[in-house]
Amino acid sequence: MKELIYLAYLVSAVLFIMGLKLLSSPKTARRGNLLGAVGMLIAIVVTLLDKAIIDFTFILIGLVVGGGIGLLLAKRVQMTAMPQMVGLLNGFGGGASTLVAFAEYMRLSGDASLTVWTGANVSYDVLATLVLSLLIGTVTFTGSLIAFAKLQGIMRGAPILYAMQKQINAAMLLGAIVLGVLFVLDPSLWLFLIIIIAIAAILGVTSVIPIGGADMPVVISLLNSYSGLAAAMTGFVLSNNALIITGTLVGASGFILTSIMCKAMNRSLGNVLFAGVGVDYAAGETAATEQRTVVRYTPEDAAFMLENAQSVIIVPGYGLAVAQAQHVLQELASILISRGATVRYAIHPVAGRMPGHMNVLLAEANVPYDLLLEMDQINDDFQNTDVALIIGANDVVNPAARTKKSSPLYGMPILNVDYARTTMVVKRSLNPGFAGEDNDLFYEKKTMMVFGDAKSVVTNLVQVLKK
Amino acid sequence: MTETLMVSIYVFVLAAFVGFEVISKVPPLLHTPLMSGSNAISGITVVGSLIAAGEGHGGLSVILGMIAVIFAMINVVGGFMVTDRMLGMFKQDTSKSKQIKKAE
Repeated sequence: MKELIYLAYLVSAVLFIMGLKLLSSPKTARRGNLLGAVGMLIAIVVTLLDKAIIDFTFILIGLVVGGGIGLLLAKRVQMTAMPQMVGLLNGFGGGASTLVAFAEYMRLSGDASLTVWTGANVSYDVLATLVLSLLIGTVTFTGSLIAFAKLQGIMRGAPILYAMQKQINAAMLLGAIVLGVLFVLDPSLWLFLIIIIAIAAILGVTSVIPIGGADMPVVISLLNSYSGLAAAMTGFVLSNNALIITGTLVGASGFILTSIMCKAMNRSLGNVLFAGVGVDYAAGETAATEQRTVVRYTPEDAAFMLENAQSVIIVPGYGLAVAQAQHVLQELASILISRGATVRYAIHPVAGRMPGHMNVLLAEANVPYDLLLEMDQINDDFQNTDVALIIGANDVVNPAARTKKSSPLYGMPILNVDYARTTMVVKRSLNPGFAGEDNDLFYEKKTMMVFGDAKSVVTNLVQVLKK
Repeated sequence: MTETLMVSIYVFVLAAFVGFEVISKVPPLLHTPLMSGSNAISGITVVGSLIAAGEGHGGLSVILGMIAVIFAMINVVGGFMVTDRMLGMFKQDTSKSKQIKKAE
């Protein structure tokens, strides 16, 4: 029986890998996700056949309640709220790892009240990975809840900073590791485990609060990686290779996305790992605001310009999603396409609030995915483009990233919108972006600034063009 | 160092390589579904939690196991379903134009 169960787990792991492989193309991605779900179903069903399971009451309650909540979340969530949703899911993943690891400790201890340690011969590696599983799982749990609260607006998005923050975090981590080592040497010290969980819970909070709302894509990806790592550690504790394989896959995925995001946001991973993210913000605010004038254009001027454009590249930013203007923007694009213009979308890696977020938001608005081009694919095309239409984006098109060495943006890869023949910017105000850096682009001669809410401006453009 | 541990470490390292190989091929277009989908499969901890919840001696560990089942199932069901919902929205350009849709 055991052999059969382990073989079934192997089938599940293979299905997960195949599923992820099919995610490499939008044509096969949906099938890949289904394969993953089948793999999970197999894993759950064969586990229920395990002889160790005697009572199904609590299992049934858990399956129904958890499945029901998951179903509800998946059906109800708005696409703009995907980052929070994924953040929350990361948290539950981490929390589950912690709980499983602790329950396993109680089983190993041989005494449910934990008063006596009767667990003989538990090897060091099981105990060590148990500590890691609790530590990583709990940090993921509380860290994700904070990330969720920030993204959902329950908590202010601004970084919360205090003196010696990094040092205190480092000290807490060190303390948890020392307690962990002591615990491995004497596994009857269950109180140490509780303290480790408590420290990890605090550490999750204190390592996410200094990070600004705009940097959440990095945090969410990193916590994604942690949740996978926690599952892998739990796999070590239970000597379950299915958990190890799957957890590691997720850990790798989160890690890759984290480094992509870091690169696109111009930060190093080390800077993120130890609470450095968002610190630059205060420096950015000192930027002197000398009075410069911009030329304001009306939507009618902009419509005239678009009417005569042969090629248009739209650069959407998060401001677009905030204004819920994706649908009307697609209407605008359709009108332009039907008039014979080439219209494409240029997607910066950090457009939106998590990796790939903007693509989902536009797909929801019925934009075909072949029109969504990533930065490297489209950046050379701007110079042959009549109009670059920027909606709700700022830092990702700020030329200071190329030239101004003192800028926090310096070195960040940006979309070359200023190489287009005309640059059109739809924006509420001249306020600087998240990095606090004034954008020279707005003051350039060939830039048309159209002020207003993205939705009303684009609606206006559509109305004028329809006439 | 036990033999099981050695095997586990082999599995861990090899899985990391497979992970990097497979996931670096996912285009940025699909990074959000990748995250929610990988979230769903990280709900594999459900396997461990089912055993903990079903041991039957009614202690604290059973309750912890049940909460773990709930957490992991939120991950599994929520993750797979929301990923499916998202991927269902990704469509190719079939009719090069004429798909003007009324915004609400």
